[in-house]
Amino acid sequence: MNKMLKAFGIVLGMSAALAGVAQAAPTEVRIGVALEPPMLDPTAGAAEAIDIVVYQNIFEGLTRIDQNGEVQPGLAESWTISDDGLTYTFKLHDGVTFHDGTSFDAEDVKFTFDRILGENSVNAHKEFYTPITAITVVDPLTVSMTLDHVVGRFLFDLGRGDAVIVAPESADNNANEPIGTGPFAFVQWDKGSRVVLEAYGPYWGAPVHLTKATYVFISDTATVTNALLAGDIDGTNNFAAEALAVFEGNPQFKVLVGTTEGETILATNNRKAPFDNLKVRQAMAHAIDRKAIIDGATYGYGTPIGAPFAPHNPYYVDLTDTYSYDPAAAKALLAEAGYPDGFAATLKLPPVAYARLSGQIIASQFAEIGIKLNLINVEWAQWLEDVYSNKDFDLTIVSHVEPFDIGNYANPDYYFGYDNKQFQALIETLNGTIDEAKRKELAIEAQTILAKDAVNGYLFELAQTGVWNAKLTGMWQNSPIEGLVLRDIAWTE
Amino acid sequence: MGPSAIMTAYIARRLIGFGVTLLVAAMVIFYLLDLLPGDPAQFILGINATPDSVARLRLQMGLDAPAYQRFVEWLGGMLRGDFGMSYTQRAPVASLIWDRLGVTLPLALAAMVISILVGLPLGILAARRRGKALDTSIMVLAQTGVAIPNFWFGMLLTLIFAVGLRWLPPGGFTPWGEDSGAALRGLILPSLALALPQASILARVMRTSLVEVAGQDFIRTARAKGLTMDEALWRHGVRNAMLPVLTILGLQFAYLIAGTIVVENVFYLPGLGRLIYTAILERDLILVRGATIILIIAVTSTMLLTDIAYAVVDPRLREGSRT
Repeated sequence: MNKMLKAFGIVLGMSAALAGVAQAAPTEVRIGVALEPPMLDPTAGAAEAIDIVVYQNIFEGLTRIDQNGEVQPGLAESWTISDDGLTYTFKLHDGVTFHDGTSFDAEDVKFTFDRILGENSVNAHKEFYTPITAITVVDPLTVSMTLDHVVGRFLFDLGRGDAVIVAPESADNNANEPIGTGPFAFVQWDKGSRVVLEAYGPYWGAPVHLTKATYVFISDTATVTNALLAGDIDGTNNFAAEALAVFEGNPQFKVLVGTTEGETILATNNRKAPFDNLKVRQAMAHAIDRKAIIDGATYGYGTPIGAPFAPHNPYYVDLTDTYSYDPAAAKALLAEAGYPDGFAATLKLPPVAYARLSGQIIASQFAEIGIKLNLINVEWAQWLEDVYSNKDFDLTIVSHVEPFDIGNYANPDYYFGYDNKQFQALIETLNGTIDEAKRKELAIEAQTILAKDAVNGYLFELAQTGVWNAKLTGMWQNSPIEGLVLRDIAWTE
Repeated sequence: MGPSAIMTAYIARRLIGFGVTLLVAAMVIFYLLDLLPGDPAQFILGINATPDSVARLRLQMGLDAPAYQRFVEWLGGMLRGDFGMSYTQRAPVASLIWDRLGVTLPLALAAMVISILVGLPLGILAARRRGKALDTSIMVLAQTGVAIPNFWFGMLLTLIFAVGLRWLPPGGFTPWGEDSGAALRGLILPSLALALPQASILARVMRTSLVEVAGQDFIRTARAKGLTMDEALWRHGVRNAMLPVLTILGLQFAYLIAGTIVVENVFYLPGLGRLIYTAILERDLILVRGATIILIIAVTSTMLLTDIAYAVVDPRLREGSRT
């Protein structure tokens, strides 16, 4: 028996001697991400986890969105728009190749959009591209698109992950072996563990600084903390706010706090009594203390919002004072609406910390004005089925993370069921307007209507809380579009 | 019937039970999971998706067919060795599971070996020094070992050996084909975390069992023949004391394979537990079903092997089957 123990000791000792964590070379980076993408084709799924790995790294679109949310030339080096705003002619970059060596030209652009609009398309955002009525290959480096009506954000929509350019030779395998034109080529995917990308030598654009990037899938906060401290990963762009304090005073790390496109709302079923009553919704808006929610649910990170619009957007207007925190006014409004003693309702909470914590705080804030909330925790799949598809809910808390998604409020069939003809007409005008000054004016009007109507409780814009090795530069502080763009990331020294 | 015929009949009965268990399990798994709310197509395309695309994806995944038809297709596929395609990952279920077994099986085996190498000797040692300080210390240790949760012990190991000493990686897994040394290093801390409670249980069971055996007549006879207590226990006692230990080992292996999920999360290992966990959240039901069936096969065959091992170790069980 003692021999066994000894043998065990020796084995342990040997393995310990063999060990030693490999130091990352100064051109390689290992990034921790919480969710593993189910697959890697951004044109066939909407999971943010897909874009985090592939957007602007493996795949590129005709345009690209930069870290300020502005449209920049991508695979199209320039474009012209006809006077009626209906025909876009793109001049494509010369000498671009896909990672499998095949060349990129106008035919690939046509293929990509034919695929998005085709009968078998499972693109999550087909609707952005359905205005396209014709795609014409003028010559190998020129392609033109004709729309059936003016689309104000068409160039932005072309820069989304849903519209990256794929090749007919490889498109069918992109789910597991993505092949694009970007600065990084896919190398391998150890399912459940990591995805490895390497800089693509013949890349057409400015050379990147990194030679290799590895995405490591870690979900648990304590585990991510240990992985950062032990040097197994060099950074992560969405670290749990409650544990940020571990890194804030540590000179080996930098904490990057920025904004995202995630408007966190107390979504309200406008179809259902008593929430179809404007006074009830106004009362609820008056009962919400945003500061207490942000302090309690996201540890102070996050920006209060008064309408479903990102504060860093140039069209943003601060409407948080539309219905300021005022329990007395809330009670009065409830009484006017015929609920002097309040009422009971359910609040369904998806499995994210910000929703679960905000839910508890809102429940106590609502209790003060007599609204008794019954909190129900649900998984995402259940949330999608109950709340989103079957509209079986009173209230729920969720973050809408896509850029410029105010248009959802113009869809009366959307899960919160807001049906306002005036607003719907306004959004249609906005979508059909190209002039920037006019667009801004319309966007502000739209935000104001939604704020006054208190369609949902507008809580806060989610913060992006990144933790990175102090020697790394070039990470995006803000996240104006889903993705984790590696292009500018570099090691200093 | 001769002894070998009895043995054959015994094994045959166990095999039939094995088959029936699997069929029932397959039906239960299929229909229970079908009741879960949630739609994988909606999950993949998200909350801003065009309804048209969601419907198209459901059709492509074959989710529109009635339940019995999907059950028959699924069962038929498995009998041909085809577990189907994962809904969300768009890859064959069998290969996804196979890849994960490359982590979970070595992990469970390593934990098993460690718990045997640590637990059994400690149990025997404690039994030999019954009532002495050594016995008490070992039993206190074992009690603590059972009480400490896996994830907490895992975190502690990471803090000491990965964050503090930097001897071992804090988690993650290098595939065997790429660097088997690194793969092995990646499994050291997780298998220790997994082995601790198992080793503690084994030590306690071994001690109790051996103490009981030590008081029996055949040990006294062996002593009377001139063997020392150590010799008598080693030659006659341990084999007899092994029966309850084997039972526990069989149960533990099943537990280790199915129960690695916590440890896999702490050490971000691409194992089977994590695969199933994510698949459930994403409603990738075909993958959940395939993986669960494989787990059930693993567990029931372990039980089967334990039963057979019993019969080999203890002839009384075989004899008893005659009545």
